[in-house]
Amino acid sequence: MFSLYMRDLKLAGRAGSGALTGALFFLAVVAVIPFGVGPDLNLLARIGPAILWIGALLASLLGLDRMFQADAEDGSLDLLLTADSRHMLALTVFTKCLAHWTTSVLPLVVISPLLGLFMNVPPIGLLAVTLTLLVGTPAITFIGAVGSALTVALPRGGLLVSVLILPLVVPVLVFGVAAARGAMADPDPFLPPFLILAALTIFFSVLGPFAASMALRNAD
Amino acid sequence: MRLAVTNLSGERGGELIFSDLSFEVGAGSAVLVTGPNGVGKSTLLRIIGGLLPSSDGAIEFSGGGEAWPNAGAAAHYLGATNAMKPALTVEENLSFWRSFLGEHLCTVDEALEQVGLLDIAHLPFGYLSTGQRRRVAIARLVMCYRPLWLLDEPTSGLDKRSEAKFTELMRQHLAGGGLIVAATHLPLGLENSQELQMVANR
Repeated sequence: MFSLYMRDLKLAGRAGSGALTGALFFLAVVAVIPFGVGPDLNLLARIGPAILWIGALLASLLGLDRMFQADAEDGSLDLLLTADSRHMLALTVFTKCLAHWTTSVLPLVVISPLLGLFMNVPPIGLLAVTLTLLVGTPAITFIGAVGSALTVALPRGGLLVSVLILPLVVPVLVFGVAAARGAMADPDPFLPPFLILAALTIFFSVLGPFAASMALRNAD
Repeated sequence: MRLAVTNLSGERGGELIFSDLSFEVGAGSAVLVTGPNGVGKSTLLRIIGGLLPSSDGAIEFSGGGEAWPNAGAAAHYLGATNAMKPALTVEENLSFWRSFLGEHLCTVDEALEQVGLLDIAHLPFGYLSTGQRRRVAIARLVMCYRPLWLLDEPTSGLDKRSEAKFTELMRQHLAGGGLIVAATHLPLGLENSQELQMVANR
């Protein structure tokens, strides 16, 4: 399993992987907001955490469709599927999700404090947004794996994946933003929404890989 | 070990493409599946490997014990694609499959030596020619042990010498008690083999 994780990491580092597309998109989204909203620093600080979360959410949807498609195209997926008795397929999917998160989503989390400065988010808010993204974004990847597995046979399934999983990731967004805002503005609480966010990630880390492996098994 | 296929039917896109197919293959022997294009040879291999559901009939893999409970688990599947990443080097590709598939028979270098590609192990897989890519995929078969080899046009793209070499590797596999089911248009030059001629359903 570790070798699969390392292989996907290596692949993301090679030319043409598009792993940084998400980070660039995130940068573009957040960078244009202050121009659109205007130079009202208080307003920017207030909507900052929400914008960062929306940007990160949309950016992390970008590369999802390729999660299994690349493996399906070159035949690797067939071998991953037949290895089911040796490596449980759900575990294989889980590993691929982790690798995808590390290469495509973790960079978003890392640059989010920097982009938060564009939005005049105070330091405690930057910390809260980064922390909530770190805890919440894996859930998006695990849910996304299901959409990716369902559309594995479709050549241009990218947008379809996003539309399919968007309703399911809304709770993650809601609680992520609620926790980030709770850290900045008293009397809103931080801990309860944060814990629900963590629970969502743990819940989908089990459900997502299982659902995705069932979808992959019946892909063609 | 024994693979028994009884009254198997397969469909693709809701259309029955073959039905009532039965054959048996025991340890040390091979079945060559022949027939015109579109008759369902690849579908048959994918059904045996557990990658497609069969619409009727049974596939039984016996004598494999706990290690090889069914045909899918016991099989090396060599499909039309080679299951290698163009961006990774030959060596990286094979190292990954070696650790993922387990049951090692030899090292990556020894496997590449057997297909005569040791000197290009450092090249990205994407730089290789069609025949060389096929040989890398064949190196995967000899590197990790699986009793059953499911081969879909295994010699496509191979030159005469590599074909002979591959025949030798298949003979070694059969001599070690292995099983082979191969879909092919060309004779593979195996003695201990039976031919299964598939005919169009309509």
